[in-house]
Parts: sequence; structure tokens; C-alpha cells
Amino acid sequence: MKRKVLIVEPSEVIVEGLKVALQHADLRILEPETSVENLGVRLDLHKPDILIINPTLNDNVTEMRNGRNLAVVALVYQYIKQSRLRHFDAVVDIRDSSSSILQMVLDLSTKSSSGDNAMSNHELTRRETAVLVEVAKGLSNKEIASRLNVSVFTVTTHRKNIVRKTGIKSVAGLTVYALLNNLIDEEVVI
Amino acid sequence: MTDYFYTANDNLSALVTEHPELLLTLSHFDMPLGFGDKTIAQVCHEHDVEPDFFLLITQVYCNDSYVPAQAVIKSTPMYNLVPYLVRSHDYYLNRRLPHIKSHLAKIASLLPKRAGNAIKQFFDAYVGEVEAHFAHEETTVYPHITRLLTHQHGDDYMINDYLAHHDNLEDKLSDLVQIIFKYLPTGETDDDAIDMIFDILQLSRDLRKHSLIEDKILGPYVKLLEKQHTAR
Repeated sequence: MKRKVLIVEPSEVIVEGLKVALQHADLRILEPETSVENLGVRLDLHKPDILIINPTLNDNVTEMRNGRNLAVVALVYQYIKQSRLRHFDAVVDIRDSSSSILQMVLDLSTKSSSGDNAMSNHELTRRETAVLVEVAKGLSNKEIASRLNVSVFTVTTHRKNIVRKTGIKSVAGLTVYALLNNLIDEEVVI
Repeated sequence: MTDYFYTANDNLSALVTEHPELLLTLSHFDMPLGFGDKTIAQVCHEHDVEPDFFLLITQVYCNDSYVPAQAVIKSTPMYNLVPYLVRSHDYYLNRRLPHIKSHLAKIASLLPKRAGNAIKQFFDAYVGEVEAHFAHEETTVYPHITRLLTHQHGDDYMINDYLAHHDNLEDKLSDLVQIIFKYLPTGETDDDAIDMIFDILQLSRDLRKHSLIEDKILGPYVKLLEKQHTAR
């Protein structure tokens, strides 16, 4: 089934660009909103699976999710305090490449369709976990990109999200995290 | 002259009462407690510390946004700077880090072997990095200062190389804190874990102040010496 995406962003140019980036057989882009005025109504009426919203309009993720099975993505193009982005399921930066933005949104949709996203703001997506495992093994972004068959940009975006969600910045720290969560065996760590 | 928040004629005890975090600074200056009602100038003289330098350090230590003017760097006698930094290194390497390490070993022994080992290895690698960082400063940067002060030639090293690669020693400590309170698979070790987190946070704060001193005093001071050396 196609995942429904609602974009809430005041800039028409950015909305149009995002719509192009998100052209994919598994996604259906709903009529965008330029403000949060009708957001509650739209969420109830059209039941989007993914909400992509400019956090300067609203960063209260709990209120937006409000029991709905909804992944909430922050759309940023300026400096925003990390603490305001903490509750979002993912952060899309408009300076990321189109393909990495698309990949991130597709990853989200597989997760929300699995149904258990109660803890989603802390949990890593499947793709992020895959990247984390390679990071913990000591591979470079370039090596990870070629192994997972994605662009280096996509890998950097995933890494930013991993750091944001876990609060762990160093490779050594991420390796410990991966070991504690049984994502890798000690033998693979170099 | 300089507009410090305290002057050399104020009581040291008043300064430390308002900023207890300076107790560590006193220990890096090798000034023991029990200074009674002596003024900052008196205590400094007793321990061969230049009062203006002492005030400069305390100002950077207590006020993160303070950036000393070049005139201040130029007019403050700096002979205490390298000994101060070396003593701080010694304190981190021989006192704080071993203390945290023994705490960590205790916590690790209560964890599943694999998790315990992972955390211990992480910390050992971190200590190794800190050692290398300090060793570089002591074998490269500080001798560079001596050579500049004694007008020796043939020194290609420039302090900008150091400032450009001055890595942050607190990031991994913050990772360790995150790992301990968010991801440690345990419940029994809580008291030890909390004690240790406080220790780590304190060390992390002090290391950050230490970097501020290097970036705001050591860096500009050495640049000044380099300029004078080239001008000769």
C-alpha cells in the first residue's frame, strides 16, 4: 500500500522541490499545507503516515502524533537547536541530496507500517541500524555507501540521525552501543 | 588596568566561596587550602604565582565567554603558564582518570562479560588518546615556547598547527555518560553508576576549562611570541 505524506512548509519553492525528490511508487504526496492552522483536521481527515513539517511552525511532536500511527519528520534549512529536534523521528535537511531525502522517508515508511512506533523517537530505523553496524566495524562512509549500495550523502544523513538519536558522537562509543545491543560480535571489532 | 571581577587585594576565600570550582585551579597552582583571610596577592606571593596571571586564569575559568584582550596577554607575566598546564595534565592522568577507571572496573565486573569488556576497552582507548594529546603538548608545544623565549633559531613549528588540530577531549566522556545512563543493561549498579557519572561530568567540565585556557591564553600568547621572534 502507498504511504501518504503530508508536507507542512510555508515556502512553495521548497515544497515543490521536496515533491520532486519524493516521487516514488510507494509514496503518495497529499495536498501540502503552508501553515499549521488546519493541521489537526488534515491529520484526522487524510490520515497521513508521514508528516514532514518545518519545526519552526510546530515542534511539539507528541501533540502532532497524539496516538496516531504517524512518523514526524523535521524539515530544516537553517540552524535549529538540537533540543527542538529531539522528538522527531528523522530530520531532513534541504541541503541533503534528493536521493538521500527519499531514502530516509522510505525507511520511515517501512517502520511505521510495522506498527510499533511508540518508541520511534529513540529507536533506530532498519537502515540506520545497518549503517551503525558498518560504522562499528570501522568502515568509512565511502565503504559503507558501496556496501549498502547507497550514496555517501545518504550514509552521512543516517549517521547524523544515529548520533542525534543515541546521543553518542564517537565511533568508539557507537561500537560500544552496538555491542551492548548485540548488533555485532566482539570478533568483528578491529 | 585590567577589569577583572576580583582584584589581587580581595580575599582568596571570598573568591573561592563564590566559585568553588576554583578549588581545582588552586590545586593546579599547588596552593594548599587553609589560606585563612589572606588576600589573593598574599597567597600568590607565598607560592610564587604572579597575581595577574592567577586572576587571568580564574577569569577564563569562571566566565566561558570571556576572551582576554591582546593587551592583557601582552602585559601579563606568563612564567606560571606551562607549569600550570603540566600540573593539570598530571592531575588528570594520575588522579582523576585512574579514579574513574577503578569505578568503571567495579561496574564492569557486575555486567555480562562482553558488555563489561566493551566499556573497559572504550575507556582505556580514551585514556590512551588523552595521554597522546598531553604528550604532544609537553614534547612539542611547550619546548617551542622555551625556544621562542630563549631566542633559539631553527624552529619551524607554529602554534597555528596546534590550534587547528586541538581536538576536543570531552566528546568521548559525554559518550560514556550517555552509554552508562541510557544503555547499561543493569539495575543493581545504579549507585556506583551515578557516582561515576558525577565524576565524569566533573572531569569533563574541568577538561573543557583546560581547553579554554589553551585556546584563549596559550594560543594568543605563543602567537605573540612568534610575532616578536620573527620581528627580531
